[in-house]
Amino acid sequence: MSMRTNDLILRTTTILIAFILLAFSVYLFIAGHNAPGGGFIGGLMTAAAVVLMYMTYGFESVKKIIPINFRYLIPVGLLTAVLTGMGSFLYNEPFLSQTFAHFSHIPILGEVELATALLFDLGVYLTVVGITLTIILSIANDQ
Amino acid sequence: MLIAVFLPLIFACLIPFLSKWKQKVHTGWFVLPIPFSIFLFLILKVGKQFSPISQSYNWIPSLDINFDLYLDGLGLLFGLLISGIGTLVVLYSIYYLHKTEQLGHFYVYLLMFMAAMLGVVFSDNVYALYSFWELTSFSSFLLIGYWNHRSGSRYGALKSMLITVFGGLSLLAGLILLTIVTDTTSIQSMIDQKDTIMNSPYFGWILGFVFLGAFTKSAQFPFHIWLPDAMEAPTPVSAYLHSATMVKAGIFLVARFLPILSLSEWFFVVVSGIGIITLCWGSFMAVRQTDLKGILAFSTISQLGMIMSMLGFGTDAAIFAAVFHILNHATFKGSLFMVAGIVDHETGTRDIRKLGGLMTFMPITATLALFGTFSMAGVPLPFLNGFYSKEMFFKYSLELGEYSGIAQGLATAIPFLAVLGSIFTFVYSMYLVFGTFRGEYKKEELPQKPHEAPIGMLISPIILVIGIIVIGLFPHLVNGSFLAHAAEAISGHESHKHISFWHGFVTPLFMSLAVVGLGTLLVLTRKRWNSIYNVIPGKLSFNRVYDWLVDRTERFSSKITKTYMTGSLKLYVQLILIAIIFGTISMIVITNGINLDATDLAKIRLPELLVVGMMVLASIATIFTNNRIAAILILGVVGYGLSILFVLYRAPDLALTQLIIETVTVALFLLVFMHLPKLEKRNESKGSIFMNAAISISFGGMMTLVGISSYTSKWFDPISDYFLETSKSLGGGSNVVNVILVDMRGLDTLFEIAVLGIAALGIYGMIKLRRKKEAK
Repeated sequence: MSMRTNDLILRTTTILIAFILLAFSVYLFIAGHNAPGGGFIGGLMTAAAVVLMYMTYGFESVKKIIPINFRYLIPVGLLTAVLTGMGSFLYNEPFLSQTFAHFSHIPILGEVELATALLFDLGVYLTVVGITLTIILSIANDQ
Repeated sequence: MLIAVFLPLIFACLIPFLSKWKQKVHTGWFVLPIPFSIFLFLILKVGKQFSPISQSYNWIPSLDINFDLYLDGLGLLFGLLISGIGTLVVLYSIYYLHKTEQLGHFYVYLLMFMAAMLGVVFSDNVYALYSFWELTSFSSFLLIGYWNHRSGSRYGALKSMLITVFGGLSLLAGLILLTIVTDTTSIQSMIDQKDTIMNSPYFGWILGFVFLGAFTKSAQFPFHIWLPDAMEAPTPVSAYLHSATMVKAGIFLVARFLPILSLSEWFFVVVSGIGIITLCWGSFMAVRQTDLKGILAFSTISQLGMIMSMLGFGTDAAIFAAVFHILNHATFKGSLFMVAGIVDHETGTRDIRKLGGLMTFMPITATLALFGTFSMAGVPLPFLNGFYSKEMFFKYSLELGEYSGIAQGLATAIPFLAVLGSIFTFVYSMYLVFGTFRGEYKKEELPQKPHEAPIGMLISPIILVIGIIVIGLFPHLVNGSFLAHAAEAISGHESHKHISFWHGFVTPLFMSLAVVGLGTLLVLTRKRWNSIYNVIPGKLSFNRVYDWLVDRTERFSSKITKTYMTGSLKLYVQLILIAIIFGTISMIVITNGINLDATDLAKIRLPELLVVGMMVLASIATIFTNNRIAAILILGVVGYGLSILFVLYRAPDLALTQLIIETVTVALFLLVFMHLPKLEKRNESKGSIFMNAAISISFGGMMTLVGISSYTSKWFDPISDYFLETSKSLGGGSNVVNVILVDMRGLDTLFEIAVLGIAALGIYGMIKLRRKKEAK
């Protein structure tokens, strides 16, 4: 990836596609409970978008744009998943008991149904993003 | 009694603290009171009015394993031997071992052994007996290997360990069977149930295992080979373990279980047969030895054979004679070992070819040796105890009664074999005493100038020789008070025998005279027939068999390991797959599990057929391609085909995931393969290709069979209906797959992402660490 030629078309399309991908991945993640999707696919899709950016703009530039060390996402995601599971202890329920509720007066969205499983899924999402990027980046940057 | 058994062990723990004063006081002095107090404790029990004492201490009551102690006449006899000779040996070792030796180790091992031996003879519980039994093997291993800088000691220790532990384990098997059959762990209750044991189907096995245990421990033919090599131990150890106590453990075992073992008609043939062979072979081989302790080792073997064969006669009188000889042998053999140790200590060699003419230098030692050897040879003198028991042996070998078949043949042969063995016993006894103390004095061959031993070293053999004479002069002193009790404990009947020197002119006397006459003749003409030893043991030595076995087992097992542990991953995978194929297919055949029923199958549609056809073609192409990139891409076709199948089967989440994962893996493969060398055409033999093909095809076929069979044999309704119904109401989502993943079975998901996390960190670590290593 060091020997990049003048790939203007790629760069231009990447700007567009990366955002579409990121938006789509967020959609997949949120819609997961009621439609195909979920944390796993959403996470992979986000990772795909980021990888695309790396491929087009190179390691150094993306590092400036997204100043996140993706390795840290793994423990953060796992911790989120475990903590949501432990949250059920507060209500005297077994580990990983999930519940859901309807919220009717939220601005913009109107009436929505939110489940605590979404928080768990967030953990999955973060972990998957962290894992995929850690693996791909460490192999790709290996000389 | 529990204290008596455990006192040596407890004291052994204190020995390291006593070694502080080692330079001033020999550690042995601290040890000496221990066996002596046990001896005193036991001697107080001796008397005409003796009745067995039994005590029980909990150990593992839930398994019926306890320290059940039982002190009867037999236990008392052995207990007295162990503690009495133990006292003398400790006293002797104080003068024998120098303060610069590792005395702490020596006395710890010795006390361990003493406790173990006392435990063996006092135990009534078979598992306690076995535990102590193994402790004797273990501590004797340590004692034989005491001078562990010598390779001979290590070899001897290993050999005795292997053989006695082999016997010990078979004894354990016998004891377990006995427990199963009788449903008790107490030896006395087992003896009470001897009819149950005799009628059980395991009876033969019990006999075999127990005999094996007893014969290996007591160095019976052909397991006698460890005893001569155990002579590498310090002489006090040889005197204690390998003449008076441990080697008699097997005899004790046969005696203890005699009421059970003698139920078999084979008892006489096995015990007496092996015993008499051991007697003859041991005494024959003893004549050949040149090492003083070697002679004594083979002599011990032959004497043990004699006791064993007397036990095998099974009559009350013969049992009494056996018990009597146990006592006699302990006295004279103990003293002879000590004499050998003195000679070794004072001249620096034990080689009888270098010794000679020592009588003038060591008159006391010579006298002691004279009494010991004459008693051992059974020379008819009224003040030697060996003669009495040998005479009894001859007498009862003539009174064997009626047998049939092999037993009758053996019964006829025994008196002759007994005389033959005794002749050789006479020969080596005379050779031992006259070869060492008479003849010419070879000054230049001795490493040290010989002189009389210090008095402390002489005390123990003197006491033992006094024992020989006292028993010889007044045999009834030991007869009624405890020998009779011991014999009674073995046979279960009252057996008070009159021991007398003069029976009149009867056959046993003529047999003894024949032994002396022929023995003298053989001693005088020894040089002429000595060459027989080049012919008879020659290549037939059992040491060769042992060495061959040990060597072969080692080479054979390493060969086996090398055939399948080649380090080739390909072979391991092949083996694993073959094992799975065989295991599964044999299980299918056994349970008749093939179930090919097509009624429940859905209709095949054209798109499915097309996709599957594409995937099959791609998989076959993967096998035959030689280009790595091509292989990856074609493999990707399979993956995308799979996601199309998921779409067709209406699994959108799976299809999505599969699609992305496939893309990511292909990308990863391509990334990694950049670093690998070019794939070359492998040169494999046709046989290897055929083998791989056969394994893969049969594995695939097997899995297909398993898949179809398990699909058509549905035993339960699936639980998926529950998920479909409750996904919305309980999980709050209409994507059932996702609700299952994050809500109903969230724990699986949690650990799956944990697995992924570990994998990612592993890859990261691997790459980073390797770099650092390279940088160095």
